[in-house]
Amino acid sequence: MYSKTISLRFPKNIVGEPIAATLVKKFDLSFNILKAVIYPRKEGLMVLQLSGHKKNYAKGVQYLKGLGVKVESIGEDIKRDEEKCYQCGACTAVCPTGALSIKRPEMEVVFDQEKCSACEWCVVACPARAMEVKFNKTLLN
Amino acid sequence: MAKKKVTKTIDDINRKIKEGKVVVVTADEMVDIVKKSGAEKAAREVDVVTTGTFSPMCSSGAFINFGHSKPGLKASRVWLNDVPAYAGLAAVDCYIGATESPEDDPLNRVHPGEFKYGGGHVLHDLVAGKKIELRATAYGTDCYPKTQLKKKITLSDLPYAVMLNPRNAYQNYNCAINLTKKTIYTYMGVLKPNGGNANYATSGELSPLFNDPYYRTIGLGSRIFLGGAKGYILGPGTQHNPEAMRHENGTPLTPAGTLMLSGNLKEMDPRWVLGVSMLGYGCSLAVGVGIPIPVLNSELAEFTGVSDEHIFTQVIDYGNDYPKGEGKSLAQVSYAELKSGSIRVNGQEIPSVPLSSHKRALEIANILKDWVEKGELLLTQPQETLPN
Repeated sequence: MYSKTISLRFPKNIVGEPIAATLVKKFDLSFNILKAVIYPRKEGLMVLQLSGHKKNYAKGVQYLKGLGVKVESIGEDIKRDEEKCYQCGACTAVCPTGALSIKRPEMEVVFDQEKCSACEWCVVACPARAMEVKFNKTLLN
Repeated sequence: MAKKKVTKTIDDINRKIKEGKVVVVTADEMVDIVKKSGAEKAAREVDVVTTGTFSPMCSSGAFINFGHSKPGLKASRVWLNDVPAYAGLAAVDCYIGATESPEDDPLNRVHPGEFKYGGGHVLHDLVAGKKIELRATAYGTDCYPKTQLKKKITLSDLPYAVMLNPRNAYQNYNCAINLTKKTIYTYMGVLKPNGGNANYATSGELSPLFNDPYYRTIGLGSRIFLGGAKGYILGPGTQHNPEAMRHENGTPLTPAGTLMLSGNLKEMDPRWVLGVSMLGYGCSLAVGVGIPIPVLNSELAEFTGVSDEHIFTQVIDYGNDYPKGEGKSLAQVSYAELKSGSIRVNGQEIPSVPLSSHKRALEIANILKDWVEKGELLLTQPQETLPN
């Protein structure tokens, strides 16, 4: 069983495609939608946890790319500014996936991009505003 | 025959510092030393214990004199990067407070407000050497006719800039939970419904005032680490309450003592003066504070040897009780439990979340240790200790 959280960016011409259904029916994949937005200029963004057989996963991603969907690992979109983060731990209260956690006994705040679902709760809950989510900006550019 | 009990004076310790013979340990190291050797032997071996804390501390700010312009101006209103500073002091003096927001900030109109920039951020930007826009308006006088001023300033341009924090380094603080059914946004951070998380905000055994719980060695004139530079204790801070209930080891079980601190802003380091945004609450400033505690006798060795297992605080419901002005304790928990990652309140297991940085607190204690060992910071005899 292979599982990965990815971000999909849709150009406006395919926002109407039922891609999640196709991933299930044609490629035998299961999915968990973590975030889905359509922006004013009609481009879409979806954050998806996609699971299934590794071969099917690869085929599914191939299908998406063929449609013109830009597929990226979610980790590339969430960043922590290490200069700004002062290692308090406030973010761990709101992080739903455990991507932000405290390593004990050092009390070090660890960020595991692989576990991040891009919910963006940490962005506003961080007192130092050290967490950055890139996708909104890049989509508009 | 029993050995004579240890008594040292501040002068004795300073002499050892100058001779390069002083023994300095951090407060967490002192825990093990006292546990292993006992207080009397620890007092013989250790001269100074260094402490540290790095956390949002409201009631912080700076006095700034921005110098006379030509022609002169008697400022009646002042803004720094659009954040109002209090100008009712003198012609070109003002005070910028950490929690001030710009006048056009949406605040909590769309709840929870983000509070992206405020007084704390201005202080950080100044210390980081960034350009700040100073704006002032005046009604004009015969001696100071100018009525408008707008210019870019940096910290080095200012004739005078001194941090003065009316209340820092709280000796203990509540652990906050939320027992309502909705998420709430407080100065203790985001609190999820139904006791979803328990937020706490002191560095426990590293925290300055837990290591000298009755303020035996600190007070007016104590030289300390403040914002990366040497600063001073001016006396008790606002809300200083030495009457709080205490554990038999002297540490208070609820919020107790506080400190008023001051230091030269121009000598500070932006790493230790950081603007913060508390979602739905407001702006503030995270300040680095560290205090060296002289180990004058076995009593002080005992005090500085206190560990997280023996320091306690109260769990308070910030959803129902606190907003009504009631501070009913739902449970008493130790800092060892809080740092373990979860506490139990009425049979419910609640993840515990620090707002105070343990890593940064330890870094401060180590910097201070280095300063004392190298003779860069000599200890001071307070002119007056804090009310206890």
